Amino acid sequence: MTTTQEQPTTGGSAFRRPKATTGFGSWFTTIDHKKIGILYFATAFLFFSLGGIEALLLRTQLSSPDMAFLTRDQYNQLFTMHGLTMIFFGVMPLGSAAFNYLLPLMIGARDVAFPRLNALSYWVFLFAGIFLYSSVLLGGAPDGGWFAYAPLNVLGGDPLGETLGFASEQSARMMFYSLGLQLAGIASLASAVNFIVTILNMRAPGMTLMRMPVFIWMTLVTSVLMLFAMPVIGVALWQLMFDIGYGANFFNPALGGDPVLWQHMFWLFGHPEVYIIILPAFGIISEVLPVFSRKPLFGYTAIVFSGIAIGFMGWGVWAHHMFAVGLGPVANAAFALSTMFIAVPTGIKIFNWLGTMWGGQIRFRTPMLFAIGMVAMFTIGGLSGVTHAIVPHNYQQTDTYYVVAHFHYVMFGGAVFGLMAGFYYWFPKVKGRMMDERLGKLHFWLMLVGFNLAFGPMHVLGLQGMPRRVATYPDGMGWNLWNLVATVGGYMIALGFLVFVINVLKSRKGGLPAGDDPWDARTLEWSTTSPPPVHNFNEVPVVRTRDDFWNRKYASGDPSRTPLRVPSGGSGEAGADAGDVAHDIHMPDPSYYPLVAAFGMPIMAYGVLFTPILIAVGGVITIAGLFGWALEPSAEEH
Amino acid sequence: MRARRRLVGWGLLLGAVLVVSGCAIGGDTAGEFPQSALDPQGPIARSQDRLWDLVFPIAVGVFILVQGAIIVAVVRFRDRGQTDPPKQVAGNTRLELIWTAIPALVLAVIAVPTIGGIFALAEDPGEEALQVRVIGKQFWWEFQYLGDEGQGVVTANELHIPVDRPVRLQMESLSPAIPDSYDEADPTGSRSDQSLAGVIHSFWVPSLAGKQDVIPGYERIMRLEAEEPGQRYPGQCAEFCGLAHAEMRFEVVTHTTEDFDGWLAAQSQPAGTDLEGLAAEGQELFGVHCVACHVIEGHPENNDQRVGPNLTHFASREVFAGGIFDNDDDETLAAWLRNPSEIKPGAQMPDLGLPDDQVDALVEYLQTLE
Repeated sequence: MTTTQEQPTTGGSAFRRPKATTGFGSWFTTIDHKKIGILYFATAFLFFSLGGIEALLLRTQLSSPDMAFLTRDQYNQLFTMHGLTMIFFGVMPLGSAAFNYLLPLMIGARDVAFPRLNALSYWVFLFAGIFLYSSVLLGGAPDGGWFAYAPLNVLGGDPLGETLGFASEQSARMMFYSLGLQLAGIASLASAVNFIVTILNMRAPGMTLMRMPVFIWMTLVTSVLMLFAMPVIGVALWQLMFDIGYGANFFNPALGGDPVLWQHMFWLFGHPEVYIIILPAFGIISEVLPVFSRKPLFGYTAIVFSGIAIGFMGWGVWAHHMFAVGLGPVANAAFALSTMFIAVPTGIKIFNWLGTMWGGQIRFRTPMLFAIGMVAMFTIGGLSGVTHAIVPHNYQQTDTYYVVAHFHYVMFGGAVFGLMAGFYYWFPKVKGRMMDERLGKLHFWLMLVGFNLAFGPMHVLGLQGMPRRVATYPDGMGWNLWNLVATVGGYMIALGFLVFVINVLKSRKGGLPAGDDPWDARTLEWSTTSPPPVHNFNEVPVVRTRDDFWNRKYASGDPSRTPLRVPSGGSGEAGADAGDVAHDIHMPDPSYYPLVAAFGMPIMAYGVLFTPILIAVGGVITIAGLFGWALEPSAEEH
Repeated sequence: MRARRRLVGWGLLLGAVLVVSGCAIGGDTAGEFPQSALDPQGPIARSQDRLWDLVFPIAVGVFILVQGAIIVAVVRFRDRGQTDPPKQVAGNTRLELIWTAIPALVLAVIAVPTIGGIFALAEDPGEEALQVRVIGKQFWWEFQYLGDEGQGVVTANELHIPVDRPVRLQMESLSPAIPDSYDEADPTGSRSDQSLAGVIHSFWVPSLAGKQDVIPGYERIMRLEAEEPGQRYPGQCAEFCGLAHAEMRFEVVTHTTEDFDGWLAAQSQPAGTDLEGLAAEGQELFGVHCVACHVIEGHPENNDQRVGPNLTHFASREVFAGGIFDNDDDETLAAWLRNPSEIKPGAQMPDLGLPDDQVDALVEYLQTLE
């Protein structure tokens, strides 16, 4: 853009506007969706690793009966943090990382709708995680379960209470839970709004809703779920904060509150959250399976609408987490029906994925292995989900290891396998280098076998009567063998992830050059260079069909099916002009303000815990950041 | 070759899962798996298990169908180095309708007995049943036998029931630290609000019935029924309730009807009268150190405090402290009296700092309370 409007007179002139788009410092000011995507991935993977280490400690404690490896207190902190970390700081933001990086590329846009909001979302997420983990140094991590059931978490009873100035019987540890998740919720809301607006407004010309890649559809459904689920948990966390910190009586029956209310609010958020975590994986699988089968997705419309249906119905099943609470037979019957019903759209997806592979030419590259593994493992999770819906037997299953097995088959076998498929699939686009196939396959097999060893036996343990969340179990219950097997499986998974990390470090610089379109793919992001330029596309693509990029490569009427030249971006003649193109396309400038605004938020949270002065300090920083942001032009003339 | 290796891989996986599930449905598991949900020992657990027996084979069928289709697809449609892309099939409406309709039908079939079961289990066993009040505390269970036939009997961590007669459990969760009022006419009426400061527990005896959460501020009704007398079925709190959640265990002991009446009659008698020597010394120490929280019917200093477990017939029980320690083991009992939270972290009973000779006397006294 050559005509930049007149600079408004701003307070921003006191600071030098950051200009650098490369180098270490640029990571703190970047508002490029691709760099933010990478930051999201690196941070989320770090938290994911922490959650994994916590899981290994837990499994070590449970490897044999009457173990004394961890104390009860440590165990409770670890299983709480494992759940929290994996849900809010591991798997969910890994999905966000994929959205951030890929969303504009896949719809042929130059950036997301609100680039600086995107940066804010990342920084708030990072600070929320740091805030939550700082509890470890300040006397103890939350210890009441990620589900934080009242009134246990209102009454607490941990020794930290007095240190932080709360009445001793109140749980200061769970204040970290409440405040940390409130912060994380701000990050989720910001990115949800951003993604929805981007998808609805910024698609390439010709890309109608029903021509969008399924991954984009699932991003849209996930973002809508986030937009409505986060406020629910936000309100509940706010209430919990007042119960713990100031003796309000939302959830404490001793003061007239209702502990079941917490459960309703928590699961009204918590069940859609399951789909927030799994839908991105559904989207990834729907991109990977067609490419490596060399066929279009089977039943695109059915997959899209089943995804939307799952999004809607995800709101109507929350009380199936509460069958043993005693809501009465009518409520239990209704939620049994809705839970069974939601299996139908899920089944549609699985059969359509099979239909995609059927009749194809399946290439067993690492992304495809993870995608097939995801379909196979998620099926098991789905089936055990249906058995939960038979409520009379659910009274036996609930709160046992059977449930732990079920949701790990969904969250790990489904979501994490799917995310891994996506990582191996898109790594060449991000880095311009291929991942090592041998290490990739080793990673896959270690993970598949380890995963089934770790979580398969938990089905049996649960049905043999082993409850969840127990720090230990007595000898003579018949649980020893399978617990040991599960622990071995856990370590095998860890080994698999070690191989993955080695592979990433090795391939980042040393992998084979990938080229623009190494997989013979179908979607727009493969039509630009690897890695993509800051402005994504030299020419904004025009979309005429679903799988437009594939159709351009393989002109459908041509009997010889000769691939055509990749027309936009990329190498070829366009490359010669790339420098000029970059000069002509004007992207928004980096900014300090998202970081500044985000930085005030954890300070305010510490203020709630320690001293009101910090609330004021943090508030001033955040408001100053927002003012600077508002007054700063999105881009300045260079 | 590659395809064969993959086939072997998937085959192994499928085999492993089937073996695992085979173990899970294996029939008689009593003894080896004392707390198994798949080995029902009463009509309620059996009615729950019957649904499992219906749904599990269906699930295995779908599992084999889907995993089989994956295996066939990856073997049959693997890349053989073709250059031409395969036929670009985008969908098939009829197929998609079929695989939407069939699962929906299967689920509808499962739904019918499920809903029947939900309503059947929700029925109140009524007046005819044995009435027992169950109180969840951190971290142990109290059982009060209500009505004339109950004769004021109170036990901890052991629920004794007759066979072939429904038991109506009337369940509550109360604060661990506040005495529970002992008003039989209206057991829920006169409690202070503070006694509601308990946490959620979940009552679960897998052999006899699925679980029921016990929530402070609410009363929950649950039905239990056993068939075989002379059994001890382990149970466990299933809802995370704090530090000693794993140690909140209990047992259900079954009796024939006559045995049960005899047991109830014996339990309603005071215990520990006419003591001599060390036991008498222990009785006296109990009056000094323990009556603030514990009741022993027949103890001269009894003041009806009900914070901790009622210990009237302590020696007739087999387990104590949330059902995790053996009553016969004097050394463990002594260790408990010396400092409870050392052997059961999270236990609410304080460390009384008793010297060893006092501990020995108390052990001696408690063990006489048959």
